Amino acid sequence: MIRSITQPKPEEELNRLLADFNRIFIIGCGTCTTLTRTGGMEQVAAMKERLCQAGKMVTGQTVVPVACDNLTLEMMKEFDAGIQQASALLVMSCAFGVQTLARQIQKNIIPALDTLFIGKETAVGQFQEICTQCGTCIIGETGGICPVTSCHKGLVNGPCGGTDKGKCEIDKNKDCAWTLIYHRLKALDRLDTMRRLFGPRNYLGEPKPGKFEIKTEVDDHQSNRFLKKDG
Amino acid sequence: MVSEFKKALVSGKFVVTCELAPPKGAHLDKMTHHIDLLKDKVDAMNLTDHQSSVMRFPSLGGAILVKEKGGEAILQMTCRDRNRMALQADLLFAWSRGVRNVLCLTGDSVMLGDHKQAKPVFDLDSSQLVAAIRTMEKGKDLGGNDLDGEVSFCAGAIVTPEADPLEPQLIKFEKKIDAGAEFIQTQAVYDMDKFKTFMDYARQFPVKILAGIILLTSAPMARFMNKNIAGVNVPQNLIDEMAAAPKGGALAKGIEIAGRMVRQIHEEKICDGVHIMAIGKEETVPDIMAAAGVVRATAS
Repeated sequence: MIRSITQPKPEEELNRLLADFNRIFIIGCGTCTTLTRTGGMEQVAAMKERLCQAGKMVTGQTVVPVACDNLTLEMMKEFDAGIQQASALLVMSCAFGVQTLARQIQKNIIPALDTLFIGKETAVGQFQEICTQCGTCIIGETGGICPVTSCHKGLVNGPCGGTDKGKCEIDKNKDCAWTLIYHRLKALDRLDTMRRLFGPRNYLGEPKPGKFEIKTEVDDHQSNRFLKKDG
Repeated sequence: MVSEFKKALVSGKFVVTCELAPPKGAHLDKMTHHIDLLKDKVDAMNLTDHQSSVMRFPSLGGAILVKEKGGEAILQMTCRDRNRMALQADLLFAWSRGVRNVLCLTGDSVMLGDHKQAKPVFDLDSSQLVAAIRTMEKGKDLGGNDLDGEVSFCAGAIVTPEADPLEPQLIKFEKKIDAGAEFIQTQAVYDMDKFKTFMDYARQFPVKILAGIILLTSAPMARFMNKNIAGVNVPQNLIDEMAAAPKGGALAKGIEIAGRMVRQIHEEKICDGVHIMAIGKEETVPDIMAAAGVVRATAS
């Protein structure tokens, strides 16, 4: 399952963000940030303690099941009194949850976490970035391993000169994506794909900000009809 | 117009290049001094491009200075800081100012340098940059549009002959040659037997190879490179030799070792030349060449 991977904001930054607000309502998330131990029940309780010690008043707290779900607003109705008393909502979910709440509640919304990447739990307590949603997937030619995401430089033509013993030049704990791809393609007897020179990448996959609409058959039918009429 | 460096490459003579790092700041006296000292002693001088991702005076500015001083410049271009538009624009500008040789590099991670929070680019990689140069020489930019006026470069790239694992690097090396690289400057080599094995393989390709020689300045410096620089392996016997140098004699010992390696490469015709990186000790390049018996490459 894909997960949004977060880490707490540095203490000084959070203190600065909360400096203007004395009454805080804390919202955690029962999904990703519970898994990453950055916004579950325990962390929300610890945050409450921390804010109280800093002289803030906590007007309420909750851990919603899935902060990024549109149903979150319904869940929040139960806590309306505490939310109304608060001058700011401190959200311990990923940025999807923070923005879901920000779109629906007219209150100052402060994120308590930084969202690092959308990843996968590869072992207990370990998470890895798998896809950066570039919009122009090339893993059909790289043994199913994404160099755009897994190579620090996003290179598509093989490793840089900084790789050493299968590790990345920036961190000995990170695998070199191209060494992984090389071993995979070799095992599959597909090294020829690695020998092919790829041209410059297409960065135009879906221009930011991404927006997508499912076209129905009716829409297509209608637009065809209009086109015919115009023609 | 064929560049002087390319003429040297195709002449079949033993080619010597060296490396100059532009300064941190606009004070150019030291670099100018090195250019004056070396321009007639080597076939070309590489100008590094924010090496190790440390922001400096630009390689292009350094290359133009070399041209103004009457030397031959190899412009190092990394893909770390410029997208394909900026790289092409800088190539046009370089051409207009007489810079004819380019070494195409991917570039170190921004995180290794002194602006760790900067946005890394890597729009192209080293092999794509070589290919981009060849495209521009055909009168087109990477957008498929016509270019007004011709450009032509002697384009090169790098390889790490002692990378571990080696085969992925060799695949990339071959792609760089396919893309149009005419010369290759290698990462530092110290073990000549290993380098000969690499050359037995590399000889089959239509490319000139200059062996990378990094001047050792002390035993700790050698150990530091072994620990921190991918694909650099200073053998223990050389480290011991450096450590045994008399007090104050380490640099002289480093010059002697580098000279010995250059001499062996030259005498045994192991490859087409050498690329001497005397990091921070650029003024020793003539001493290394003298120790190697390769005096004044341009006249040989």
